[in-house]
Amino acid sequence: MNNALKKFNDQEISLSLENITISYGKYEAVKNVYFQIPKNKITALIGPSGCGKSTVLRALNRMNDLIPECNLKGRVLFEGTDLYHSDIDPVEVRRRIGMVFQQPNPFPKSIYENIAFGARINGFTGKMDELVEDSLRRAAVWDECKDKLKSSGYSLSGGQQQRLCIARTIAIRPEVILMDEPCSALDPISTLKIEETLHELKKSFTIVIVTHNMQQALRVSDYTAFFNAERKEGVPGGKIGYLVEHNLTDKIFNAPKEKSTKDYVTGKFG
Amino acid sequence: MENRAALKYKPSRRNLKYNNLLKRNFFNRSLTILSYIFSIIVLLPLFCIIFYVFVKGFGQLNFSLLTQLPEPPGDDLSNAGGIGNAIIGTFIVTSIATIISVPIGVGGGIYLAEYSTGGIYSRFIRFGTNVLSGVPSIIAGVFVYGIIVSTKIFFGATFSALAGGIALSILMLPTVIKTTDEGLKLVSDDLRRGALSVGASKFTTITRITLPTAINPIATGILLAIARAAGETAPLIFTALFSFYWSDNPETILEPIATLSVLIYNFALEPYEAQNQLAWSASFILVMILLMLNIVARVLSNTKNDFNSINKDTNKK
Amino acid sequence: MSDGDLNKFIKRNRSSSERLLDKSLQQLASMMAAMVAIVLISIFFVVFTGALDSIGRYGLKFLVISEWNPVIDEYGAFTAIYGTVVTSLASIVIALPLGVGTAILLTEDILPKTIREIIGLLVELLAAIPSVVLGLWAIFVMEPFLRPFLILLNKNFGWVPFLSTEPIGPGMAPAILILTIMILPIITAISRDSLNQVPHKLREAAYGIGATRWTSIFNILLPAAISGITGGVLLALGRALGETMAVTMIIGNSLNFNWSLLAPGNTISAMLANQFGEADSSQVSSLMYAAFVLMLITLFVNILAQWLVKRLSLKY
Repeated sequence: MNNALKKFNDQEISLSLENITISYGKYEAVKNVYFQIPKNKITALIGPSGCGKSTVLRALNRMNDLIPECNLKGRVLFEGTDLYHSDIDPVEVRRRIGMVFQQPNPFPKSIYENIAFGARINGFTGKMDELVEDSLRRAAVWDECKDKLKSSGYSLSGGQQQRLCIARTIAIRPEVILMDEPCSALDPISTLKIEETLHELKKSFTIVIVTHNMQQALRVSDYTAFFNAERKEGVPGGKIGYLVEHNLTDKIFNAPKEKSTKDYVTGKFG
Repeated sequence: MENRAALKYKPSRRNLKYNNLLKRNFFNRSLTILSYIFSIIVLLPLFCIIFYVFVKGFGQLNFSLLTQLPEPPGDDLSNAGGIGNAIIGTFIVTSIATIISVPIGVGGGIYLAEYSTGGIYSRFIRFGTNVLSGVPSIIAGVFVYGIIVSTKIFFGATFSALAGGIALSILMLPTVIKTTDEGLKLVSDDLRRGALSVGASKFTTITRITLPTAINPIATGILLAIARAAGETAPLIFTALFSFYWSDNPETILEPIATLSVLIYNFALEPYEAQNQLAWSASFILVMILLMLNIVARVLSNTKNDFNSINKDTNKK
Repeated sequence: MSDGDLNKFIKRNRSSSERLLDKSLQQLASMMAAMVAIVLISIFFVVFTGALDSIGRYGLKFLVISEWNPVIDEYGAFTAIYGTVVTSLASIVIALPLGVGTAILLTEDILPKTIREIIGLLVELLAAIPSVVLGLWAIFVMEPFLRPFLILLNKNFGWVPFLSTEPIGPGMAPAILILTIMILPIITAISRDSLNQVPHKLREAAYGIGATRWTSIFNILLPAAISGITGGVLLALGRALGETMAVTMIIGNSLNFNWSLLAPGNTISAMLANQFGEADSSQVSSLMYAAFVLMLITLFVNILAQWLVKRLSLKY
């Protein structure tokens, strides 16, 4: 672990997870996670289901605040500030660390309003039309939307909806974009489009993506963190997650240090 | 980031610290406080009503009050008698309403959920059910007065327990139909197909499989409908009227009958304190009965019978 | 299983009695369903034919004449219609923000879940209190408590036509408040259910782009729940329009028209409750006419509710 960390020190660090343990009520879901997320790179979180990778992701912009009884020990540093310090405003955190969810979740408003709403509440004072067009273009969904900006976001297909959600997140100009299995509900062609979008977005944003799909991790990410779960009695789901290995994606897939990582990436379990 | 400068976001968003003075946070906090205040305003009078019903009603409660007849107002200024006949009367009138409305309502619900094919007839019945449930309760009284009381259709009887029961059954009917319809619709179609595929007739499927599966929501709905009917006053004041005597033989269902709700109404408006007091005691008894019915209904809707658990499993798959 | 076992199934061919049973249940259920329509149509028919005499005599003038005088046999329902509409609308205006505000508190994670559930249960149980008990409470507790405030209101704002009379006890204002208390549980419970039905993903989406709690409530959650809330409000309005007992007991049942909300007034249902039992023929006809008007108003609200709920529901 420590050897790996030193390599990241060459990179500018955006988020740093320092020994975080997340629990729901009395039960720990994931424990002792310690790694760093480099700036303007794509970091993939992979692992079998129930290993807590989504829980960790949602901890990074305090989305877990919405779940009662969910609490976090340890520190999450964002550019040196502890996001879980008592005087931090979670709303500010989410304005700088945006999120795209597993299921496409446009607002029940027009496509235009879907983008404009977020920008407006973030105090955007520029030209709204330009922002909407720019965001939709960067999320590679402009061509499909440009003639129907006034129709409901739900008139789009699932893949288009998800790209609309990405556009909505880009529009508020966060520094980090978190993506929770953004392609799991989509068909292969939509998935491919979103992956292309990610390569473009990397230039301006730090991206953390949770994925079930190892090929996707390999295709899009620069760094990969592999999580696993160990059995534990008396815990709902019977599992508790932990971080196994974090390294350059290339290393994780071709020269993993841990046996379980190797087993997972070669498809022996999970 | 290359074009952030061009995007004119306010610089205040650079700080992650919670800022008390920010307009957004001030607005947010004020609204949360406002929602607390609103909730207190909502709950306060309701608590106050319960409190008064308990204090004023429970305070004077004794056994003879439950077993005696009410005294005609003004006869005896210190004693208004009891509410015995009104308790029995509420029971009788509500029972009549239940006996009429439950078979018709459950039958209608079965038709809508099991037989209808979404055609114009069933849509009209569903629409009619909605409209009927919105008809003011006093109109049900006017209607029954018009067809039963003034026509003396039942052996020359005018105001009667039967007329009151029929008026209440009109109010119960839409609730019973709706809950039966909705309860049956919750039953998984797999269960129906399963029964039909082993050669069960539609009759057997409904009576042996779907109705028992949906019995909890239907019973809950019926209990809530009974609770509502038992507390109704408006449809009774010129159908069942009121009586100062016992209704102790079967023929009395063709005579005027006392009920708790009409007793409360009549005695609340009397100028004598003893009668007013009796109204409070009757309120206490009535509220207790209704709360009990509601609690039983709620418990029933939360318990699952064997059929329900089977049903749930099939739904999961 | 050998083919001979088939003989053991003695009902392989359905008996005619079973077929009959099957058929008759369907016929029976269909007839029961028809009862709804029969009852509804007969209600309209009975009330309408009862009112024909008065409709013929007064026509639409009935709706705008405020004099209701059994002694000289002249009837106009404006006083009661004014009372019905004004008390119902005023109580909705008061109850709407209170009820929706409470529903928001009950669906947001501001308070611990157990406390919210207890409050929710209380609100629902309190909806079970019969209106005649509310009326009793209004007469003996609420109105005496309220009177000094109403007198103060009249002293300071007496120049407003709606506050121009001195409160003498029963009146429209206490009736409005008791109606508000009556419909609050309906609005609260239905708004809470509608807000609970908004998918969690929309709330996440709003928080995910940095919306505050109340921004997401006003811009996302309430618009998504608006069809259910509207349905609840119109249901409550229907209930308030037809409510009889609590209103009859506290409104004063005055037959003299007055704009003032502090004066005694009347509603259609209160008038029916008071006069129907001992009315003679031409008065009965006019009461039936008033009842018919009440039915049309509630029918209109009911249909409007069903239409609006469909119209306003958003796809998500």
